Amino acid sequence: MAVQASALRPGPAAPDRPRRRSSTPRTLAKLVLTAMVLLAFCLASLTIGARSVGVGTMLDAVTAFDPSNGDHAVVLSRVPRTVIGLLVGAALACAGAALQGVARNPLADPGILGINAGASLAVVVGIHLFGLTGASGYIWCAFAGAGTAAVVVYAVASLGREGATPVKLALAGAALAAGLASLTNAVLVSSQETLDAFRFWQVGTLSGRGWDVIGTVAPFLVVGLALTLATGKVLNSLALGDDVARGLGQNVGLARGVTALGVVILCGAATAAAGPIAFVGLVIPHMVRLVVGADYRWILPFSALLGPVLLLGADILGRVVLPPGEVQVGIMTAVVGAPFFIWLVRRRTMAQL
Amino acid sequence: MSASLTGARPAPRLPVRPATALAAVRVRRRRSTGTRLAAAGAVVVVLFAVNVLLGSYTVTVPDFFRILAGADIPGASFIVLENKLPRAVIGVLIGVAFGIAGSVFQTMLRNPLASPDIIGISYGASASAVTAIVLFGAAGAAVSLSALAGALAVAAAIYLVSRRGGVAGYRLILVGIGFAAVLHALVSFLITRTDLRTASEAVLWLGGSLNSSSWDRATVLALALVVLLPAAAVLSRSLQGLELGDDAAAGLGVRVEASRLGLLSTAVALAAVATAAAGPVASVAFLSGPIARRLLGNRPSLAMAALVGAVIVLAADFAAANLVPGISLPVGVVTGALGAPFLLWLLATANRSGQGG
Repeated sequence: MAVQASALRPGPAAPDRPRRRSSTPRTLAKLVLTAMVLLAFCLASLTIGARSVGVGTMLDAVTAFDPSNGDHAVVLSRVPRTVIGLLVGAALACAGAALQGVARNPLADPGILGINAGASLAVVVGIHLFGLTGASGYIWCAFAGAGTAAVVVYAVASLGREGATPVKLALAGAALAAGLASLTNAVLVSSQETLDAFRFWQVGTLSGRGWDVIGTVAPFLVVGLALTLATGKVLNSLALGDDVARGLGQNVGLARGVTALGVVILCGAATAAAGPIAFVGLVIPHMVRLVVGADYRWILPFSALLGPVLLLGADILGRVVLPPGEVQVGIMTAVVGAPFFIWLVRRRTMAQL
Repeated sequence: MSASLTGARPAPRLPVRPATALAAVRVRRRRSTGTRLAAAGAVVVVLFAVNVLLGSYTVTVPDFFRILAGADIPGASFIVLENKLPRAVIGVLIGVAFGIAGSVFQTMLRNPLASPDIIGISYGASASAVTAIVLFGAAGAAVSLSALAGALAVAAAIYLVSRRGGVAGYRLILVGIGFAAVLHALVSFLITRTDLRTASEAVLWLGGSLNSSSWDRATVLALALVVLLPAAAVLSRSLQGLELGDDAAAGLGVRVEASRLGLLSTAVALAAVATAAAGPVASVAFLSGPIARRLLGNRPSLAMAALVGAVIVLAADFAAANLVPGISLPVGVVTGALGAPFLLWLLATANRSGQGG
């Protein structure tokens, strides 16, 4: 369809072409710029909130912490949620990019491929049957549910003669998501107490997570990020189609399996830490494609930096938009990100999968 | 993306005289398609009868015909005429509507995930209806109307926003998921901000239910389908062209932009009226198309998708009412749990090359 777009409308599409062909130094400069933007957002996340502190005070708190200073304590209390935002944002965006590459489908994301649905069902069952409460109670449920769902999706898609083709992956994921959502619904309509606990978990939030949650999920997230960031080259050859990839000497089944493993670890840990946040993994890779083109060796690191930017930006806005309360980050990501995303999609010629 | 998503059909092996061999293959295919459609139709009829006759209140077949003929059997007449029959009729109609709507979207946008319940249109209905329930305390017909208005408004917005010279399918999908994300966030937000009773009412509606079926509702729905189904049948010809890609379709003489608009409007209207009648019954639109395609050996067919949709809704409604003794679940709670394993099984057992896509 990319070919067709430029063939039908040579005018606006053509000037984009040479610019899109990425020259390494320029892209590297963009990467550094993105990292600086991310740093700015991290500092903003420490500064802004229900009780805002000055930039100077915040820097003091970071460099020379004084336990008796109330403002310093406020900054300290915002550190865990900033760290979680960083980790979860990077994990979701990277997982989304890798999934879209593996499934070769612009709609692929942890939500649509059944991983969030698995986590949700496990959490609902945990609340309903075992009376779990609070983030640290949900974490292992979410992890187990996400992992099981992903393994089932991949196993079902791999059965049959051709192995895990993109269409089978997408269909199996969405079908499993539909089935699991039905089961979740069945519990929710029959138990109001479960609904009451679940409705606050399912929007996704960064607040109320302490260092214990970070300590539990961080190792998984680091391993998953390392694994996923290393798959750029593999995804590039998979993007050419299974046959070409095979011709280039790629072991297609192994490549898909390893990437999928990274995705499962990332999604499971991210959902365990912050609840099901759907929008980031879906949209950040598309935004990144508009900036750096279709090369996964660039898409993955850019996603890892831009995911936290969106998540932290949404979290900061959510703290101030409806005082005195907070709007959860899972809601704000969509409200902040989607208009920007739609504007980008309208404006530019798309780099396609 | 495109080539991989449509899935290559297995090339027929050509013997010595290709022309006659091809003709034979074609005839055989047409016949087997007809047989399978008839079989699916028979399943719909059987399930319809099961829904009307069996369940918590059993009616014998002779009694059923006597009631239809106008005899008044105390108790049975009321239950059959005012409850079971309209419910089953609405079940069939929304199954058909969701099946066709989903299949049109999936085929036209050449992506099996691009059904109206995933790219934002059902979310439009949901957001509008939940807003009506939570903020204005609406119930019954008011919720249906706001769902209808929401679906149509969001579909129009998606179409207009993704229009730039012409609507490319890819852009339509991406704009759709953008809208879906915002609307989904809105629904979650409203559910966390209201009291528990209203929240569970909203969750109940979001699942989709046939509980409020009545003849009024069935009549409105049937009238809408009388207009929309022939339109879908007429437009399905250009759908076959669009499935090959915009360029190929234009080369085949399809007026791409016009037929896309026609197909979109028809599919959106089908999904919208069905949602208004019973809520966004989960997953029927998404599941029917891929299941129908695999039942017919990897060929898309709107008729088959319609029948599969009806089968899913009828079977799910029967299971929801009778599976757990004493509890009558809404139909949307079961549709996914019933349709999804079947699609997974079809995917897992696809052993002919090309069937998996």
